[in-house]
Amino acid sequence: MTRRRAFTVAAQGLGGLAGAAIILPAVGFAVAPIFHRGKERWEAVGPVGDFVEDTYRQVVFTETEGIGDAGKTTAYVRRSSKQLEEEPGKFVAVSNRCAHLGCPVRFVEAAGNFICPCHGGVYDFQGKRIGGPPVRPLDQFQTRVRNGQVELGPRYSVTSQLEPVRARDPGEFTGGIWEYLYPPRPSTFPPP
Amino acid sequence: MPKIPDSIIPAPLRKPAKPGQGGTSKDQAPTDLKTSPPERPSHVERLGDQAKDAPADVLAWVDQRTGATGFLTGMLYRKVPKGTNWFYTLGSATLFAFIAQAVTGVFLAMFYTPSTTQAYGSIAHINNEVPLGALVHGMHKWGASVMVILIFLHMGRTFFFGAYKYPRELNWVIGVVLLILTMLMAFSGYLLPFDQRSFWASIVGININGTGPIVGPYLSDFLRAGPELGATTLARFYAIHMLLVPGAIIALIGAHMYLVVKLGTTAPPWTKIDKPKIAVPVAQLDAGANGNGAAPANGAPPSA
Repeated sequence: MTRRRAFTVAAQGLGGLAGAAIILPAVGFAVAPIFHRGKERWEAVGPVGDFVEDTYRQVVFTETEGIGDAGKTTAYVRRSSKQLEEEPGKFVAVSNRCAHLGCPVRFVEAAGNFICPCHGGVYDFQGKRIGGPPVRPLDQFQTRVRNGQVELGPRYSVTSQLEPVRARDPGEFTGGIWEYLYPPRPSTFPPP
Repeated sequence: MPKIPDSIIPAPLRKPAKPGQGGTSKDQAPTDLKTSPPERPSHVERLGDQAKDAPADVLAWVDQRTGATGFLTGMLYRKVPKGTNWFYTLGSATLFAFIAQAVTGVFLAMFYTPSTTQAYGSIAHINNEVPLGALVHGMHKWGASVMVILIFLHMGRTFFFGAYKYPRELNWVIGVVLLILTMLMAFSGYLLPFDQRSFWASIVGININGTGPIVGPYLSDFLRAGPELGATTLARFYAIHMLLVPGAIIALIGAHMYLVVKLGTTAPPWTKIDKPKIAVPVAQLDAGANGNGAAPANGAPPSA
């Protein structure tokens, strides 16, 4: 290697280093939120006595803090049902976020179903998909009882058999091979 | 050739005196054509003359230092093929739509607040209270749709006229990237008013992109800056919408237009090819069918 060539390579290397010193922190700054998990948040939504087995009660609580009403979300809460052979003494909180593309679903009392206004997704009483384009059942929130109040915690998704998995975005399948094709994001909480 | 007397030739056309022969002889043109000594122009007259020359002087000063004339002449007076028609203006129309978006966008940014609690209020303020605010906002909003429509029409023209073929493939590729960036502008701008429609449209849009296997979920988190759409999502979309993508679009438009000027445009596919003017097949010459005056080199008439 000639002296001239050595200096050329050294100068280019230094230039690349200087460029990387600017670009890498900036890019890292932009992608950091992917790897950041927020603080676990629990919010009381009403006394235990407010909730029954055979129908849902709609509650609104804050899922993302600091952005006002836009950070609130809706959940449908009931006691676990003996008829459906669910674990007794628990509370079930179903998210109103449609598993198709995230529109807000509504529980229709007369039909006993959740119905999405955007593209016609339909879910049964437990939140399992029974019609339309959604790819999995409705998400749920972790529940617990503190001082006689039902509290809602982090969101999680479920498979078609209602087994809890880490929260997925709408439109993403759960269970089986899909657990690898739609890998869990570091920003979500482990399922209960 | 007989010499024409100087007396009948107008003074400006006379032959000037030879160098070194000072003064004016009888047979030669005067070095100073004026009979009386010139009046010295007054100070005011001289100032006036200088003022008249000033614009040309400034342009000449810039031109000498930049060489702009050569570049602009080459670009603006370049040849275009026969058959060029109104469809060829769709690219310029798209560029104009982009410029309109850039100008109105800059002025909208003077009143807009990219905060989840104030964004909706600042748009309402622009529409209801700022003078001409509704007009500028409306131009930006409807102009966005116009730009998307024009860019597709331009793409269609390029496709159906076959203008993407050799040697213009790279310009097609750049154009496709510009199309993607334009769609990204349309998507990121949709969230900024932060009303119900923007909010839910952005959620649906982000979730659609999240359905891409393996990278989709991470891309969604990147766009939202977290697992839920929040305050940082709006700030992020704002930065993408007014800093990141416009810069890339401007750079790529520059490359796109450079290639247009360098490679020229194509003739419409229905244009007939001109008859060859230079190359005449030798066989034709031998047959004596040279109606174009192609005579043999020795000047003798062709002996058919």
